[in-house]
Amino acid sequence: MTETEVVPAKLTALLEAFDGITDTEERMSMLASYAGKYREVPPAIAVRPYPEEARVPFCESEAFVWALPAPGGTLTLHFAVENPSGVSAKALAAILEKTLSGAKAGEIAAVSPDIVTRLFRQNISMGKGMGLMGIVQRVRDLARLTLRGKSTP
Amino acid sequence: MSAISERKYVHPDVLVSTDWVEQNLKNAGVRLVESNEDTLLYGTGHIPGAVHVDWTIDLNDQVRRDYITRGGFEALMSRSGITPETTVVFYGDKNNWWACYAFWVFQLFGHTRAKVMDGGRLKWEKDGKPLTKEAPAYPKAAYRARERDDSRIRAFRDEVMKHVDAHRPLVDVRSPEEYTGQRLHMPNYPNEGALRGGHIPGAKNVPWSMAVRPDTGEFKTASELESIYIQGAGLKADQDIVAYCRIGERSSHTWFVLTYLMGFTNVRNYDGSWTEWGNLVNVPIEK
Repeated sequence: MTETEVVPAKLTALLEAFDGITDTEERMSMLASYAGKYREVPPAIAVRPYPEEARVPFCESEAFVWALPAPGGTLTLHFAVENPSGVSAKALAAILEKTLSGAKAGEIAAVSPDIVTRLFRQNISMGKGMGLMGIVQRVRDLARLTLRGKSTP
Repeated sequence: MSAISERKYVHPDVLVSTDWVEQNLKNAGVRLVESNEDTLLYGTGHIPGAVHVDWTIDLNDQVRRDYITRGGFEALMSRSGITPETTVVFYGDKNNWWACYAFWVFQLFGHTRAKVMDGGRLKWEKDGKPLTKEAPAYPKAAYRARERDDSRIRAFRDEVMKHVDAHRPLVDVRSPEEYTGQRLHMPNYPNEGALRGGHIPGAKNVPWSMAVRPDTGEFKTASELESIYIQGAGLKADQDIVAYCRIGERSSHTWFVLTYLMGFTNVRNYDGSWTEWGNLVNVPIEK
């Protein structure tokens, strides 16, 4: 496995679907529907208070990420968003779980934080956008740690 | 918390309670406007009949760093079913931080029939009042706005420079860590691109959130506000005051407090704020 693999096909397909949405209301509705599908990390993996090493730095929505190695060099991703008003963070967490969880670590490591811009366009503040990019970056960092044989939170 | 009428505000009619809003949900002369930092929040549930104002696209020009023009404001009013006679009631997340921002932009166009729901979303939800995902549909309204007036309540960079030279009062409403330059952004937020940390010389640091009760999101009483802004920061009601933060949203909240709740007569919001000042070449900065 390397970090130069292409991103998971599920994510590519979803991004292309979002690229085709030109209506702002439709885009927001789609993102909100993903937020409704957000699933918090199961207690078997982590319970509150969540460990600081799983926290996404500079995410005002108080997001946490876990990446657990699974057979075949894949990763299972889990998320928690502690800010109840962090709807955008929940939407992104649900999207990442749906499209990246179960993919190979190398594929996940190839995902760029720029996907936040493709998903949310201008419907987000710079600060929140950078916080969301931090979630993607955290997922990518965990995948890279796995590739290097290091344990992840 | 005491009733709004008992808090001794100078302009108490600019605030309405959650109960008042609930009693006026079917009042055709009232339009509720929700404005949040997280623009997806409205879609998860909002007060019945409330329209959404997305500050990222509805209030800001999409090319220049500036606000919408008169035409953009008229279009926003029209599709929101708002006429010049409509009383607009703003509310939102973060203790009405973004609601006050939208309120301020509306004042640039002179829509003075405007109020803020005390406590915002937090209070409404704590009161157990209804939320709906159903988006309202209103007939398009006719709205003829005046040209945007940036002269009264908005301050620009060069004006702030003269303000500093004249030793007039400024209020920096950011966190103490941002004010001292210890950090370039709010705690838990990423840096939004300021190259230098610190504050505009002479500015007093009064974090915006000091004006609200964190448990309910309601504004503090007039006497509590006076102890913060007058006795604490040394501001006076008749002074020429400029408030700023990072991009002008938090300071619009303070602008609202000083202007309406405390009756200060000459407060302007410097929306360029630290993301402009902290990147300018050769301007004075204090730490």
